[in-house]
Amino acid sequence: MAEIKNYTLNFGPQHPAAHGVLRLVTELDGEVVEKCDPHIGLLHRGTEKLFEHKTYLQNLPYFDRFDYVSMMANEHAYALAVEKMLGITAPERAQYIRVMFAELTRILNHCMWLGAVALDIGAMTVFLYCFREREDIFDFYEAVSGARMHASYFRPGGVTKDLPEGLLEKIEAFTETFPVYVDEYETLLTENRIWKQRNVDIGVVDREAALAWGFSGPMIRGSGVEWDLRKTQPYDVYDRLDFDIPVGVTGDCYDRYLVRVEEMRQSNKIIKQCIDWLAANPGPVKIDDYKLTNPPRAKMKDDMEALIHHFRYFSEGFDVPAGEVYAAVEHPKGEFGVYLVSDGSNKPYRMKVRASGFAHIEALDYMCRGHMVADVVAILGTQDIVFGEVDR
Amino acid sequence: MIKRAFKTWFLWELLVGLSLTGRYLFKKKITVEYPEEKTPLSPRFRGLHALRRYESGEERCIACKLCEVVCPALAIVIESEERDDGSRRTTRYDIDFTKCIYCGLCQEACPVDAIVETQEFEYATETREALYYTKDMLLANGDRYEKQIAANLAADARYS
Repeated sequence: MAEIKNYTLNFGPQHPAAHGVLRLVTELDGEVVEKCDPHIGLLHRGTEKLFEHKTYLQNLPYFDRFDYVSMMANEHAYALAVEKMLGITAPERAQYIRVMFAELTRILNHCMWLGAVALDIGAMTVFLYCFREREDIFDFYEAVSGARMHASYFRPGGVTKDLPEGLLEKIEAFTETFPVYVDEYETLLTENRIWKQRNVDIGVVDREAALAWGFSGPMIRGSGVEWDLRKTQPYDVYDRLDFDIPVGVTGDCYDRYLVRVEEMRQSNKIIKQCIDWLAANPGPVKIDDYKLTNPPRAKMKDDMEALIHHFRYFSEGFDVPAGEVYAAVEHPKGEFGVYLVSDGSNKPYRMKVRASGFAHIEALDYMCRGHMVADVVAILGTQDIVFGEVDR
Repeated sequence: MIKRAFKTWFLWELLVGLSLTGRYLFKKKITVEYPEEKTPLSPRFRGLHALRRYESGEERCIACKLCEVVCPALAIVIESEERDDGSRRTTRYDIDFTKCIYCGLCQEACPVDAIVETQEFEYATETREALYYTKDMLLANGDRYEKQIAANLAADARYS
């Protein structure tokens, strides 16, 4: 009998289901995956090194470009890290705005995830419906920051500008209709037999394995671990908001899908609470220390001292006391952390970004072994990989 | 049990899904036919840059180079000289739009509202060279969109 060797299959980096630029080298025995070796680095831009040559203000726009489907969540981690280092807290209104947009970003991310994964698995319609809701959120992004995606809206010490008039009403209208849309996604997917066949008992990660691989976010919650940084170490105003964290039972792709869908509903709930607070409480959205933020424009044009502060802020920036700090947020994909080392100057000495996708993709081999080739796509999808943050 | 068998054999959940998409088939479409129709933009929109002038026709930029220094992507290059009347003005103001990341820091930094980002976003070109904007091109942008820019700045003035 002829000797049959394992077949090596190259997947990506140009494959549409590779979620960007992942190159997977899979070893197959027939149609069963024996080994799955992710090759990363095709989107490496050296952003962490770039940070060392830019002031704290100039670094901010680059955070949008890490996980480019949840832009403001990345900025949130950076803003918190710098604030922690400076020993300041943003005004309450700024914190509520940030939380509201962080949760809108979570919906944005999960809509993208759901649409892309459904498309990978063969459900075209969900993709179109999800992008309809994304369009609404992009409009909110644009109204508040001027850019549909790369917002650069959060700042250390608050947010760039206050919400424009009428935006809260629009967001409120969105939160009223959004649960209906989530119901629609669920109608199309949750009970669907094809969706279930492709997801149930695929890529099972039990509790221990999820902890051992360093999972976070919906990946670890899908495995039944109740871990959410918004609850375990609340930042900004999350401790004042009422929401639940969904957890899965079996740790398969289907559970992670259910967790993410429920997270969208919970995010919607958080946004509503933020809207109520923001509508009733006007106030400053930046700290009033003009060494750390720019003074209001009108003041800058009248007042010499304000003009000096304005020039200092935009040219030299501000000095951050020497030390090390780690700040993490519950990013839609998991724990997104910024480890910042400062030598007391106006530029970071070193900045390390902890991206959850990197930890998740490490486990791809573990999750794929023994599954069919077609399941690799489902597993890759469920990990919610975005290469902007994995490769950095 | 019977209910479940009924649902399985009659493809129940698929029919429910199809009825949902079927309803959408007859609903009013939300598609925006892009080149003919456009979605509204907010006054804060950050698109193509422009250099503005005062009403007298004098250019606003005073060559303070704050935008050059704040630009994270190093896309702006400025050279300046003293003019015959003694005022400092730029002799060169280039923006490389292949580098620009549209973060909006230049317009935020500008103390005289000279460099602004307009609502223009349809300036795709066939060559990279066409995206290297010089001072004249930027001033021409400013002249072309001045009305729009002024209206947007006024609409957003109380927030900045």
